[in-house]
Amino acid sequence: MSAVVVQMLCVAGLLGSVVLAIVLNRSRMATAIIYGATLAASAIALTGAVHWLLGDTASASDLTLPIGLPWLGSHFRLDPLASFFLIVVNLGGAAASLYGLGYGHHEPAPHRVLPFFPAFLAGMNLVVLADDAFSYLLCWEFMSLVSWALVMAHHREAGNTKDGYVYLVMASFGTLALLLAFGLLAGPAGDYGFAAIRAAQHRPYVATLVLILMLLGAGSKSGLVPLHVWLPLAHPAAPSHVSALMSGVMTKVAIYGFIRVVFDLLGPPSWPASVVILILGGITAVMGILYAMMERDLKRLLAYSTIENVGVIFAGLGLALAFQANGLKLLAALAFTAALFHVLNHSFFKSLLFFGAGAVLTATGERDMDKLGGLIHRMPFTSFAVLVGCVATSALPPFNGFVSEWLMFQAVLQSPELPQWALKITVPAVGALLALAAALAAACFVKAYGVTFLGRPRSLAAETAEEVDRYALSAMFVLAALCLLAGILPGVVIDALSPITRQILGGRMPIQINEPWLSIAPIAEGRSSYNGLLVMVFITISASSAVVFIHRFASRALRRGPAWGCGFSDPNPAAQYSGGSFAQPIRRVFGTLVFRARDHVEMPAPGDIRPARLRIELHDLIWERMYEPIAGVVGFSADKLNRLQFLTIRRYLSLVFATLVTLLLVLAIWS
Amino acid sequence: MVVMSDILVQGVQMLLVLLLAPLLTGFVRKMKARLVRRQGASIFQPYRDLLRLLRKEVVLADNASWLFRVTPYVTFAAIWVAAALVPTFATGLLFNWTADLIAIVALLGSARFFLALAGMDVGTSFGGIGSSREVMIAALAEPAMLLFVFCIALVAGSTQLSTVANFMASSYVGLRVSLGMAMIALIMVALAENARIPVDNPATHLELTMVHEAMVLEYSGRHLAMIEFGAFLKLLLYISLIACVFLPWKIAVFGTGPSSYAIGAVAYLVKLAAAGFFLALFETATAKMRVFRIPQFLGAALMLGLLGTLLLFVSKSF
Repeated sequence: MSAVVVQMLCVAGLLGSVVLAIVLNRSRMATAIIYGATLAASAIALTGAVHWLLGDTASASDLTLPIGLPWLGSHFRLDPLASFFLIVVNLGGAAASLYGLGYGHHEPAPHRVLPFFPAFLAGMNLVVLADDAFSYLLCWEFMSLVSWALVMAHHREAGNTKDGYVYLVMASFGTLALLLAFGLLAGPAGDYGFAAIRAAQHRPYVATLVLILMLLGAGSKSGLVPLHVWLPLAHPAAPSHVSALMSGVMTKVAIYGFIRVVFDLLGPPSWPASVVILILGGITAVMGILYAMMERDLKRLLAYSTIENVGVIFAGLGLALAFQANGLKLLAALAFTAALFHVLNHSFFKSLLFFGAGAVLTATGERDMDKLGGLIHRMPFTSFAVLVGCVATSALPPFNGFVSEWLMFQAVLQSPELPQWALKITVPAVGALLALAAALAAACFVKAYGVTFLGRPRSLAAETAEEVDRYALSAMFVLAALCLLAGILPGVVIDALSPITRQILGGRMPIQINEPWLSIAPIAEGRSSYNGLLVMVFITISASSAVVFIHRFASRALRRGPAWGCGFSDPNPAAQYSGGSFAQPIRRVFGTLVFRARDHVEMPAPGDIRPARLRIELHDLIWERMYEPIAGVVGFSADKLNRLQFLTIRRYLSLVFATLVTLLLVLAIWS
Repeated sequence: MVVMSDILVQGVQMLLVLLLAPLLTGFVRKMKARLVRRQGASIFQPYRDLLRLLRKEVVLADNASWLFRVTPYVTFAAIWVAAALVPTFATGLLFNWTADLIAIVALLGSARFFLALAGMDVGTSFGGIGSSREVMIAALAEPAMLLFVFCIALVAGSTQLSTVANFMASSYVGLRVSLGMAMIALIMVALAENARIPVDNPATHLELTMVHEAMVLEYSGRHLAMIEFGAFLKLLLYISLIACVFLPWKIAVFGTGPSSYAIGAVAYLVKLAAAGFFLALFETATAKMRVFRIPQFLGAALMLGLLGTLLLFVSKSF
């Protein structure tokens, strides 16, 4: 049985679970059965994809089904790029299913989630497997619609219908852009197979248009600024394990689409495109994390942080494109590997963090960080796993986030090799933006973790929280372990990615597994190398020797007492630093420029018993300047056109007649 | 045999930084006192402080979690490992291929991450104010530092510190505009990262004016000793970094005999003393900034680093 057939059978299994979920409907066993089935299917698909990527990737595996367009059929294909993204999708899917086994029992209306969950996974798998434009778009739209249904699962909660609406509009817009892109790619001959598109010659203006359309289509789905607006609305609205999939996995499927078209189908790249992608990526990274810094809703914060990571990935892709356009294959492979490594890393830690947010939501019913706090005492295991996720996402060694960031910086450092002036100036500036984003990410996750899990509980719910079930915990710990493993054994991951760079770019990085002590040396050992394993060993040894020394020679006495409050210990936990106050210095530094942030203080006169109030004014300039005018124009013209609904039959007929005559005139003049 | 001598050199450097760090801080304090015509405490006072803290019991806030108790060791270990990766008197350290300059920056970032979390753990406003200001400073200092790394790496063709030091010690370098910019940026970052004047005042204990001290206000006893030790090490690390990148004068090249190691060690001590003196001189001559002036200060460092890097992208000869 060929590899692609195994994958398609897993997809069939997932679609079967959809039917099963509909049949079981509100039965009590449904949750366990469906998540168990999706877990099994994802695990099999994952094993198949890993096995195929590590084994024989010399020849891609094809499958044609007699459905779809009559003259075309449906083509599916497993090649190294697809298999990597299948790993990302199914790993996320398996983890989310495992999490769902426990989390699903807290779902108030499981029948609104259960049928859509396996369908969503199947949709994402099919997008990655599709090998012709028709199947691709069909699966893409299926994925979007099913995820919309999942966003609307809790449609009675305030605001969710609006979030779902914005998502639907943006998703349709994205699909439209993709549709036009594939239309241009297929050309007048209309050959929709990817193999034919790849073989065809595309004219420069077609290539430029396709690139712009892909940035709009895939960019809106993955959350590229300024098309990111739906993401912080829709991702948090869904149940938490679905949020994890949407944020950690679905954005990656969009990035897959971008890579497939721009790197694979479009033919040889031109360097100006890479400048655009680099700048968009850098701006997205910094804007995303600044939005996250200002946020007090835990899940929205995580969604904004996804935008940052997508920016980092796009910056890496832009760099790869720049090197590729100049024929520097080894360096292109380095930048591309950095981007793919970050894709993998982000799917690990973002899923983990959303699971953590879900655990907090289950335990306390709160997403507002300023009503949480002190959970490290009540939920020790969750808080430990989330801490690992926070460290990993802040790009700190020895975890995985650092490795991809490090590779990215190494790629940036190679850019003096590029001949074009525009690139010579853009690349270091984008490197600086990435460095800024990384530093802000650390600040942001100190805030997220510190306010949610540390300190004193700010509400009764946080004070009486209970640890979550063991399925949810094991899902989190598996991902935490993967974060560590990918961080200390980066060479293995880089080597596993090499078939992809060879397929897409025609070059690869040097084999890493032969480096001594499992180090990685992306270009040459003299230039730069890193060894996560040894860094971890050194930190462990020096920390434990310090502990041993202290416990041997120092006083071991310990006394508990009240915290020092400078002579006045305020018993009210609301007097602690909150998310807003923690972000205040950064809001003062960046916010005045980016968000027009203003702090308004209402100080009542002496003797007045009204409380003093601090109001923070923040503007989302992208929403206000870009989307509100568009919405205004749409609303205005809809209002004006509304008149057409109330015409008499005579007027309707004359309208139709006039239109017909005009069209015929146009046609006559045209030809 | 070669491995043995490697381990020896590396081990000596690791212990050396550990032993010298408190002395350096003591020396800076003494110099500051002398410059304002005070007698000042002995330069060995930091050692006594550490021993005193180690002998004391720990007073732990009621709701402090395990994170609060683990953090001093994690921060200390991360800073120590980072310090062990910077060549002091000899290049070609055994661990030099373990981590490069970017990793050193990130290791210091890890230390700060945990310290900032610990500041929020007890749930008082002082810890929160310290943490929040510390991350604000770090959010600007870290990119500036990375741009300095870019600048150095473009000149030396490597981010490995030993390679950089060897390159800088060679005669190829000469005076460069970009290196000058990078050095100023690094010194500004070093002042900010070590909580020195004009960014933070290491001597103050007024909660509202300080940053670092407010963050670690809840610590006592052996935990505080570890944190203080980490801070001493960090100052030594930054001075060693400046010395090995910009003044690699007489630094022993890997594989040369014991005599060059001895010369390297003496030269290193001289460099530390000179740096300590200039730090003290600068701190007595400057006033602390308001907190919200710090972004401008660090923004200047960031711009200098970026300009230096851009100059190098334009032409390798700047």
